[in-house]
Amino acid sequence: MEMSASNTNQVISVRHLSKSYADVMALNDLSFDVSEGELYGIIGPDGAGKTSLFRILTTLLTADKGTATVYGMDVLTEYRKIRKCIGYMPGKFSLYQDLSVEENLDFFATLFGTTRQENYSLIEDIYKQIEPFKLRKAGKLSGGMKQKLALSCALIHKPKILFLDEPTTGVDPVSRKEFWEMLLRLKAQNITILVSTPYMDEASLCDHIALIENGSFMDIDTPQNIITKFPTALYAVHTDNMHPLLADLHNYPLISTSFSFGDSFHVTFLPAGNKDSLYFYLRQKDYHEIEIHEIIPSVEDCFILMSNSKENE
Amino acid sequence: MNNNIVIHTEKLTKKFDNFTAVDHISFDVKRGEIFGFLGANGAGKTTAMRMLTGLSHPTAGKGFVAGYDVDKQSEMVKKRIGYMSQKFSLYEDLKVWENIRLFGGIYGMSNRKIAVRSENMLKQLGFYEERNTLVHSLPLGWKQKLSFSVAVFHHPDVVFLDEPTGGVDPVTRRRFWELIYKAVEEGITVFVTTHYMDEAEYCDRVSIMVDGQIKALDSPKNLKKEFQALSMDDVFQKLAREAVRKGD
Amino acid sequence: MKQFLSFVRKEFYHIFRDKRTILILLAMPVVQILLFGFAITNEVKNTPIAIVDPSKDSETQQIIRHFEASKYFYVIDELENIRQVDEAFKKGHINLAVIFSENFEANALQNRGASVQLITDGTEPNQASMIANYATSILKQASVSGEKPQFAIMPVIHLLYNPQGKSSYNFVPGVMGMVLMLICAMMTAISIVREKETGTMEVLLASPIKPIFIILAKAVPYFILSVANLVSILLLSVFVLQVPVAGSLFWLAFISLIFIFVALALGLLISTVVESQMAAMLVSGMGLMMPVMILSGMMFPIESMPNVLQWISALVPARWYISAVRKIMIQGVGIENAWFELTVLIVMAILLILLSLKKFKVRLN
Repeated sequence: MEMSASNTNQVISVRHLSKSYADVMALNDLSFDVSEGELYGIIGPDGAGKTSLFRILTTLLTADKGTATVYGMDVLTEYRKIRKCIGYMPGKFSLYQDLSVEENLDFFATLFGTTRQENYSLIEDIYKQIEPFKLRKAGKLSGGMKQKLALSCALIHKPKILFLDEPTTGVDPVSRKEFWEMLLRLKAQNITILVSTPYMDEASLCDHIALIENGSFMDIDTPQNIITKFPTALYAVHTDNMHPLLADLHNYPLISTSFSFGDSFHVTFLPAGNKDSLYFYLRQKDYHEIEIHEIIPSVEDCFILMSNSKENE
Repeated sequence: MNNNIVIHTEKLTKKFDNFTAVDHISFDVKRGEIFGFLGANGAGKTTAMRMLTGLSHPTAGKGFVAGYDVDKQSEMVKKRIGYMSQKFSLYEDLKVWENIRLFGGIYGMSNRKIAVRSENMLKQLGFYEERNTLVHSLPLGWKQKLSFSVAVFHHPDVVFLDEPTGGVDPVTRRRFWELIYKAVEEGITVFVTTHYMDEAEYCDRVSIMVDGQIKALDSPKNLKKEFQALSMDDVFQKLAREAVRKGD
Repeated sequence: MKQFLSFVRKEFYHIFRDKRTILILLAMPVVQILLFGFAITNEVKNTPIAIVDPSKDSETQQIIRHFEASKYFYVIDELENIRQVDEAFKKGHINLAVIFSENFEANALQNRGASVQLITDGTEPNQASMIANYATSILKQASVSGEKPQFAIMPVIHLLYNPQGKSSYNFVPGVMGMVLMLICAMMTAISIVREKETGTMEVLLASPIKPIFIILAKAVPYFILSVANLVSILLLSVFVLQVPVAGSLFWLAFISLIFIFVALALGLLISTVVESQMAAMLVSGMGLMMPVMILSGMMFPIESMPNVLQWISALVPARWYISAVRKIMIQGVGIENAWFELTVLIVMAILLILLSLKKFKVRLN
């Protein structure tokens, strides 16, 4: 991916970043920029390299090759200055389990030279939801509550940029949705947010996304553009009997790809195929209530297509 | 007990001091079903599962798995079930075949049975060449597949899967569900919890726990009709949002 | 500064909320002292003794009368020679033999080396020391209250079967060394590693706080706890076990502080090389507690160890500390006699602190 030289006007600027552990290449020549006030998503499964990337950007790890700057400051040489102005929420909700909600918040506030009250307005929405439990030990909170507390602790000093590494992993769908609503409200206050997640449906809520797998970016763009770049038409197939459909679709020669997506299958056709011929094929196989219609791809569809084609290379 | 019902509970309850984690739940799981067991964090899912897998004694009510009482016959229950936990429960520093043999032995399979079945399984999974690799060097998707296969290795009546696809890439997730379908074809009942709502659609029936109680139990299709929702995610959002926020 | 204090406060929360740990930290030293102090203390009463008196003069008779009058001793026999004494010990008939030199009175008056040998059975070293002490005090009393002019008598104490002769007094320094090492080194190491394990270390490092303050904040509570323990051990020793601080309290405190620094630095060092709390416990246990118990001279005399072990013992900080405490607290000598130990400890403290600071990583890799 051709990129211009490091752009220090950007909030984050990464060029040719590489990192290996033993003989495993965790990050392979990554380059991207994040602009001020953006909600930027690093989307990819476990083991893709997201945590390594975050640790390098928050100055906790050094890369083997390449450069990275945060607000124009180099992560290698100016780490002390960077650490003063960032908020970081690492993967494991790093809270003090035996301190209460309030105590955790107070501690992190003091750590950054501020108080709980000073920037309270920033975290008010979030904190209000856990305030009834403020005396409870953090270890006894549910996943969703821990998430909110960790976010509050990361925000308490009003950082200009937030690094959130998999903040929604392992958390139920309702809490996930609430969390992203909170992120959008924060973005409205011009806080730059870099967030990583394995959940593809969250990708569409970001301004820009980078799809990462096995240490490399498969694409970087706005979610909308990525969807538009989907090379062929995509169809959703639904019948009365879903289980055997899997095999039958695999066996249909004119189908290029087919993947299950909840209550339907998403298929793409080879040039010779089309939805009508598929319909007849399925009728012949004695399926009923057959529905085949074209749909707009989701980020997940794009991701699957990209990693699939990588496999077939 | 009816042989068609693999899991049966009657007002199953678990209390910790004054806190009722699981509040008198009653439901059945049919043989050969894929049963989705959903709920928000803290809704009581994990506690309920622990009772069903014989790991925790109910405070009140009854539960039967594979015909055995989970309270009084928990050791028998454990023999008839398989279990795959969130982080794949394999021994990272053992080789692939060593893990298979270990778990086969734990479930009381004879050495000969283990040998025959493991060879078949490895070939089916495409792992045969890797049987001597340490689990810890396997890619995530492989570990997941292996973990599942080990959980059903002894052909249990029902296999409990606790968020088996957490964090895994979309393609591998789907391949994993193909494994589940295959197991179902071989007569194994599948009891699965997940946070991926699209996976809820793959289930024959789904239950949703809220505040310790089962607030919905039906096929995904019927649930969507009942809640006038377009997807299981919608159904879940509608139900779980009503939850009294207990925060734990 | 405010950051730092808030950090220290957080550390205290962690300590006090972990009920099990706090029990170990505060209760253990007390239990140990009492255990060692009382379990090992035996009542010395009616101890059977034998006398060997070649002189048979009025002075010796007078002394023997004192022994007879004492409630601690019970003269069962007068023996002729060493061989008979040996026999009597072997048969278990006596616990003490009092052996006067020849021409006792004459030599005593003329200051010509009159002596009284006290022989005890060192298999029970604590008992033996105690018996010897009581006998010595009786001798001292006797030589003062005699009708003849007073002459100093120097008892020569041989502890059969155990020439080193440990008494419960000697355990107090040992316990002090062990407890301080345990609290400062192991607990500090565990505390730091716990942050690494739970992931909170990441968040701390990514914040403006200087990493050095993270370490200091971890060390401070354990430092304070150690001082508290030190005080409680001393109080117990003095008032409950009747082991007085014979020498300078100031120097005792000073050298204890140095030792605490050494232990803290060791804890820090361990935390930089291990990744899990379990490993921290094992390394502290094997690498610190074992050498302290076995090689520090607390239980087994260093002089009787093979040379190799003696060299290794020189590397164990507790060895120097215990030796210094014995001198200052038990023997009551001045710091001039313990300057070597003090110097070694100071050098160790400086070296270890520098080394662990150097190894403390500002990043995760």
